[in-house]
Amino acid sequence: MTSADTTLAAPPAPPRGAPRGAPRRVSAHARRQRWGWFFVAPFSAVFVLMLVVPLAYAFWLSLQTKTIAFGSTFTGLDNYVKAFTDPAFLEGVWLVTRFSLVLIPLQMLVSLVAALVLDALTSRFAAFARLMMFIPYAIPVVIGALMWGFLYSPQFGPGAQVFGLFGLDSPSFLAPDSIFGSLVNVVTWQWAGYYMIILFSALRGIDPTLYEAAKLDGAGAFQTAIRIKVPLISSSLVVILVFALIGTLQFFTEPQILRAVASGAISASYTPNIYAYSLAFSYSQFNYASAISFALGVVVFLFSYLFLFLTRKRNGVF
Amino acid sequence: MAITLSTRPSGGAAQKRRQTPLDAAKRRGSEPGTTRSSRALTNLFLLALIVYFVTPLWWLIVASTKSEAGLFGGTGGALWFDQDFALGANLVELFTADNGLYLTWIGNSFLYALSGGIGSTVLAVLAGYGLAIYRFRGSRVFFAVLLGAVMVPLTALVIPTFVLLSEVHLTNTVWAVILPSLLNPFGVYLMRVYAFEAVPTELLEAGRMDGASELRLFFQVALPLLRPALVTVLLLSVVATWNNYFLPLVMVNDPKLLPVTVGLGQWLSLSRQGAAEAQVWNLVVTGALVSIIPLVISFLALQRYWRGGLSLGSLK
Repeated sequence: MTSADTTLAAPPAPPRGAPRGAPRRVSAHARRQRWGWFFVAPFSAVFVLMLVVPLAYAFWLSLQTKTIAFGSTFTGLDNYVKAFTDPAFLEGVWLVTRFSLVLIPLQMLVSLVAALVLDALTSRFAAFARLMMFIPYAIPVVIGALMWGFLYSPQFGPGAQVFGLFGLDSPSFLAPDSIFGSLVNVVTWQWAGYYMIILFSALRGIDPTLYEAAKLDGAGAFQTAIRIKVPLISSSLVVILVFALIGTLQFFTEPQILRAVASGAISASYTPNIYAYSLAFSYSQFNYASAISFALGVVVFLFSYLFLFLTRKRNGVF
Repeated sequence: MAITLSTRPSGGAAQKRRQTPLDAAKRRGSEPGTTRSSRALTNLFLLALIVYFVTPLWWLIVASTKSEAGLFGGTGGALWFDQDFALGANLVELFTADNGLYLTWIGNSFLYALSGGIGSTVLAVLAGYGLAIYRFRGSRVFFAVLLGAVMVPLTALVIPTFVLLSEVHLTNTVWAVILPSLLNPFGVYLMRVYAFEAVPTELLEAGRMDGASELRLFFQVALPLLRPALVTVLLLSVVATWNNYFLPLVMVNDPKLLPVTVGLGQWLSLSRQGAAEAQVWNLVVTGALVSIIPLVISFLALQRYWRGGLSLGSLK
């Protein structure tokens, strides 16, 4: 569209807004478009320095291996071969995959149900519930994990007390076989409110006359929710799914903090990010850590790009 | 593949009928199938939600009033106050421990969050506006790359950036935290989407007729129109930087440069591993409570902006 404007306005008559007499090779319109570069230049500089260069450098580092005897030597894709046959790394990948499969449906269900209920109510109590549900978003992930860590802990937490009311022993939330569920709970608590608000705003954007029509057709509240509301906010659902996926695959802070309280339940290679961190800072294996970071980045990127592409009819991003 | 953007709210077909007189009032009047029992049921559901989401905070408030001994074996249990109310003593100890190290951490958090947040927002507004208004050579490619960058996990950049910055001896300085925090592709994306809708080309054309320069158009015409999105991007990036843990954990190890998130994490592992006299559980808990106060207050005070901003965050 714009290119058509430019060609039309080009040589014969000078464009209307331009001062007369000045011979122009390019029209003022086309010339003006160059201002775009002026506006994007500062961001581009940061983009190149803080994203492109580090990624390129990490890739370069990941192609080398440093040994005490030989220094840095070029070893090609050896580090990647090593990573994808390294049980510690693969277990981490498997963990975040399982984690996404459990967490994301749960989180979306909680936030969707809450948003639907809150959308149907207009009481002050509902507004208060909405605010309380959203508060965890204002709390740093570190503090969220820390609070839950204390709540889970047998010394500090209310576990014994609460379960004692029912005459039960408190489950040990920080034991190796229950830490997975405990982490799912921390993340759900932290983010469900944020997702709920996104869905809630989307629900508020729906034209209420649609509900009238549904009601005339004899649909109940439940049917209206399932048949009308959910399909109409599907683009928001896709978006939070992608957010949740990107977030989960780079899982780091919560397990890293809970490591400090749950001795032994969370290993130094629990998730790929924790593994990369330990490799770099406990073992000084920066080349191998770079390979893992780079591999993680590429995998997450491909997953989310593919996902957005497959759901492009729904998400409105492409 | 042409990348086009639909910024219409989901429910596109419904849009046309949006302006009919039937509106919010109607929604309020008729909640289909509302009976007394179902209303009680939903309220019970909401109550359960509130209890779940507030319990950890309640615990934190209660626990920060307890002394070290009260934390372990208080009289009121974990979810109620101890007979020994030690909040004052905890606060004094918190602000004086290690020569006021905690205050330094809070100061650092403010420094990082404000400089990273404001810086990245300025970059995002400029770039978003540039992408929305001008069709310069490469702008389409630029936008496609930007969209891709939104999906690059930022934590995967942390270790590579650390290695790079250590080559130029910038690690363990404030710049190691501030510079990477300036990168906010998602903010640019939001600004681009918003500017595309909010800044009418006719208005800019009219300004050009009057001889206004492109810079003046940006500052005097576009910027006021972009204000809502600007506040949103600013809030989102300030919060993201304030909450960041992985980046400062990797980048700085001088205790005087740590933000409060990493500092508290260190006190936590010290208490876990250290001998009895190194244990500062009460400081970890009180410090956690104090550190969330600024954000929770700003959050409640700026509720209006949050709500507007988050619907924008859903990309619609």
